[in-house]
Amino acid sequence: MSLVHITVFGLVAALISASRNSRRRGWGLLAGSVLAVYWLQPATPVRHFDFWLPTIALALTIFVWVATHRKTSFSVRAEILTALVIAVLVLAVGFTRYLTIGWHLTQTRPPNALSILVALIGLGLISFLLLWIRRKSQLGLWLLASIILGLFIITKSDPLATWVSSVARVWSGQLPELASSADMSWLGFSYIALRLLHTLRDQTTGRLPALSLREYVTFVIFFPALTAGPIDRAERFVRDLRVARRITAIQAVEGVTRIILGLFKKFVLADSLAMIALNATNALQVKSSLWLWVLLYAYAAQIYLDFSGYTDVAVGIGRLAGFKLPENFDRPYLKPNIVAFWNSWHITMAKWFRAYHFNPLTRFLLRRKPKLLPWMVIFLAQISTMVLIGLWHGITWNFLAWGIWHGMGLFIHNRWAAFLKAHSHLLPPSLRSSRAVKAASVLLTFHFVTVGWVWFALPEISLSMNVLGRLFGM
Amino acid sequence: MTNWAGSTNFSRPLAWRTVGNVLFRALVIFIVLNLGYALLNPLAFLGRISLYNLLYPGRSRLPYGSDPKRSYNLTITQLEAMLASHEIHRASKMSDEYRVLILGDSSVWGFLLKPDQTLSARVNSSDYQTSSGRMVRAFNLGYPTMSVTKDLLLLERGLRYQPDLILWFVTLESLPTWKQLDSPVTQRNPGPTRALIQRHNIRLDPQDKRFLDLSFWDRTIIGQRKQLADLVRLQLYGAMWASTSVDHHIPETYNRLIVDLPADDTFQGFGPGELKAGDLAFDVLAAGIGQAGDVPVLIVNEPIFISQEMNSDIRYNSYYPRWAYDEYRHMLAERCVVEGWQILDLWDMLSSGEFTESAIHYSPAGVEQVASLLGVAILEHANRIP
Repeated sequence: MSLVHITVFGLVAALISASRNSRRRGWGLLAGSVLAVYWLQPATPVRHFDFWLPTIALALTIFVWVATHRKTSFSVRAEILTALVIAVLVLAVGFTRYLTIGWHLTQTRPPNALSILVALIGLGLISFLLLWIRRKSQLGLWLLASIILGLFIITKSDPLATWVSSVARVWSGQLPELASSADMSWLGFSYIALRLLHTLRDQTTGRLPALSLREYVTFVIFFPALTAGPIDRAERFVRDLRVARRITAIQAVEGVTRIILGLFKKFVLADSLAMIALNATNALQVKSSLWLWVLLYAYAAQIYLDFSGYTDVAVGIGRLAGFKLPENFDRPYLKPNIVAFWNSWHITMAKWFRAYHFNPLTRFLLRRKPKLLPWMVIFLAQISTMVLIGLWHGITWNFLAWGIWHGMGLFIHNRWAAFLKAHSHLLPPSLRSSRAVKAASVLLTFHFVTVGWVWFALPEISLSMNVLGRLFGM
Repeated sequence: MTNWAGSTNFSRPLAWRTVGNVLFRALVIFIVLNLGYALLNPLAFLGRISLYNLLYPGRSRLPYGSDPKRSYNLTITQLEAMLASHEIHRASKMSDEYRVLILGDSSVWGFLLKPDQTLSARVNSSDYQTSSGRMVRAFNLGYPTMSVTKDLLLLERGLRYQPDLILWFVTLESLPTWKQLDSPVTQRNPGPTRALIQRHNIRLDPQDKRFLDLSFWDRTIIGQRKQLADLVRLQLYGAMWASTSVDHHIPETYNRLIVDLPADDTFQGFGPGELKAGDLAFDVLAAGIGQAGDVPVLIVNEPIFISQEMNSDIRYNSYYPRWAYDEYRHMLAERCVVEGWQILDLWDMLSSGEFTESAIHYSPAGVEQVASLLGVAILEHANRIP
């Protein structure tokens, strides 16, 4: 999000929540979110991808709603009206094609109206097909989950993304030889995919609340949280959405203050630190271990300020729109152990993986026969959860290594905590709660996380090993 | 201690009127701060505040870079900040130091060369010692634009660092009078440039439209936000300079210089025989030498690429038709004799293989050759001192 995006979103959010009418507010949020999906999508070299990628995101959202919605008090007429409004908005975005350059909502000229119309009719037919399948079996849910996961894997894997891009290039009459994984930069899909999977899963367990199409689409593509989260839960989001309250002075001040804080963290502090933060180029140029540490500390500070700055902006805009979005960070570098770190770093994502991978896997491993030893269950659950979190950032060896690093950290901490519990006489409570021990714990945890960033910041295992060696004078 | 989120939560009810009052006061404070800043105009003072030579080593050449992310450098034209980041700005001169300033264009700055491959670095690497036992220490004050007036500005500032000798690299392209104010350094430092023009009666218009005089609004914090951000960026890139010794991104491949030349015998609109001494800013050279006072100035006619290929009978290179360059050399030599200026004419000393992508940019081997001749010239001057 640029400063222009943030300013416009802030004004739109305040304008929408200035209305006391909950219907008007609901439509405003839906329209704002649909248009934002197109506006935020960056240009890609593949012709019209900046139009079709957001359209696919919208289509998947509607399909998941079709496959998961509950027959409730929402009228069919209202749902059809919502679908039509979305279709009209998509067509309106497409019609900006006929305006002069600079007036397109997408980064490049949208495709012609006929192809958009054909696509919308196709999407409508697929929706009816999903409705029909839904009456017979749960096949639709599995199919959609597989498609979302498949698309997610494609966007996160460089070779697959390049291959899809080359196919798309052939389709659009461009040179496939120029295909690159960057062509598949699909803004916000990492977050959209997690929200969609969460609702698909909650539908099968019966935990998903009844949501109208308008509410569901707004939840999945809610414009303040589209680019960098937080990953809200449908049942919490809809509570805020259904409350019709005009914006109060406190909300406005809280929202604006939070946005300013976020802007300062992102655009002043993080962007400045980015100049000296560790990266693949400077990792090889730095002459001494000491400076390498400086660059690594700068990276640790930069990634926190960048990400938490964006969260502040999202929470602030959400506040202006009348929402209390969940927090994503809670002073993560001041935590005394790695478990506490993961309870305070990218909180909503960590909670998502805990709810949909760690807990079910732990339950499964504990129930299976023959039974595994408790430490084995913990090991498998923690390592696999952290590996998945690593791969969520991108399917590369380095993100895998980063996941294993944290998984091992969590496992070792778990064993250490169990050891201390069993041998409490070795470290009496008075010593455990002493300031010096706490400070040492914070310092150790911070450095464990910071050294782990070496895997995250660099693109290759060999380079990461090289840097790790030099950090410790080897 | 509260966290970021906690700091924006309010426990007491708040009225819109109170919000309006706070916003109004904030606006007033913002306006007052801007006006105060514009009145004080502290950019020059802020430019002198530097972490270079304090936390980081000073840069071995002036800040310049079109690709900051890769060169860990940026183009900055504020003289105070430029010099404050330079190694010359560090502690005072040692008693056994023979200090040499080298002025000139990108050939002196060292385009496509690493910091340890520039002329000043190569002179320093030779550890020259004068007959009185003083160590020769050369400082690179070259800057990549071609204008002797820009050099004069840097010379005037450089004199504050007590040089014993100034080597001033010039070439025909840096001398046309109409080009003198094309350099951003002269345009963005109108005050000091005008002062020099007036002090030395230089034939340049002090009211030239190319001077970027700042309006009152340009001097506010809002108006100077880019300059202020550049000062911060310069300090941050200092960490990268200190940690990597990189201050210039040198691409792995680049276009070699043009050897086949066009059959064009004009020089910036002048036909053969039309270029006169009055068209060249020799008065700026005179001003520099006058400004230097007791400090000797050695004018160095910098080496140029001499093509042997197509149309080389008409031109030496893409910059110069033969007639124009020959006339320039003749005029410069004549002027040196008349004025008693010292000159070292190196124009044809490098073979064609010692140039990189331009007719005035030398390869590391070329620099080595030029530096060895400079060494001889420096020692000659140094040893003349009783």
